[in-house]
Amino acid sequence: MSKFRNNTSKDTPGISTASLPDIVFMLLFFFMVTTVMRETTIMVKQSLPQASEIQKLEKKSLVSYIYIGSPVERMQGTYGTKARIQLNDAFANVDDIPQYITAERAARDEKEVPFMTTSIKVDLDTKMGIVTDVKQELRKANALKINYSTRKEVR
Amino acid sequence: MARRAKGASEINAGSMADIAFLLLIFFLVTTTMDVDTGLARKLPPMPEEEIEQDDSQIKAKNIYVVLINSNNQLLVENEFMDVSQLRAGAKAFINNRGRDPESSDNPQKAIISLQNDRGTSYETYIKVQNELAAAYRELRDARSMQKFGVLYKDLTKKKQKEIRKEYPQKISEAEPKNIGK
Repeated sequence: MSKFRNNTSKDTPGISTASLPDIVFMLLFFFMVTTVMRETTIMVKQSLPQASEIQKLEKKSLVSYIYIGSPVERMQGTYGTKARIQLNDAFANVDDIPQYITAERAARDEKEVPFMTTSIKVDLDTKMGIVTDVKQELRKANALKINYSTRKEVR
Repeated sequence: MARRAKGASEINAGSMADIAFLLLIFFLVTTTMDVDTGLARKLPPMPEEEIEQDDSQIKAKNIYVVLINSNNQLLVENEFMDVSQLRAGAKAFINNRGRDPESSDNPQKAIISLQNDRGTSYETYIKVQNELAAAYRELRDARSMQKFGVLYKDLTKKKQKEIRKEYPQKISEAEPKNIGK
């Protein structure tokens, strides 16, 4: 009988932590792959309106962004509080939009151009005047697929 | 030196976990998991200069006029309306099918005309767009439930097209103008 009980020591052995690095590395790779680094610093206020009928924006590589809103607080000294348009990393005027669209198109494959979408991210306090101007410019540039960026409605 | 072992000594891997954790926390912090969502719309192409827009072919009763002024108030078919009533109003108009002689003939002919002032707030505009989209979505869902027994979004592409043909989403936005206070 005592033959079998011999090898069980009295104190419980500690859990081996040897596989801990493996687990951590697995998580690390997951986050490395999913990470999208923000490439533009947003200089306008961006609290987006809420809506319930939203669709997901697919194929991020084919999306160009237009940000509209009043400048963030630290920029207000230089740029005032009036709503402005931001393209890439700089403030822009309405007439810069066709050029921006052309540049965005040139950066993509020719076949993909018809599927390109323009995501318009507008702060909810903005007046429609500037948004209408942007829409008119997009129509002129023949960039007709747009997406009003909104958050999902929380009830 | 007596202390040194004969073979090359192994590198201590105990701190590997710490390094990995450090990197992990860095990526955790920088990750943005948010998916961009929004209301997808298609802008009408710029009208050609020569072609005169001929709206007279569309009967006035088939147009549901929604005006938003600079105080964010709604005027729907010449009556004040709250945003919360718009969905029901639009649904009744689209699905009228000749019941009310003053309203649309059928869903295919029904057009919603949306006009806003330059002073309208974007928030209100999106709310209105959302309500109109919701009206169409609810009508399509109802039709799809009746016809196929599932919601519109769960249908196959082909069947979705069928339903879309019955309830085409026609939201027209007029050329911008100041409609005043």
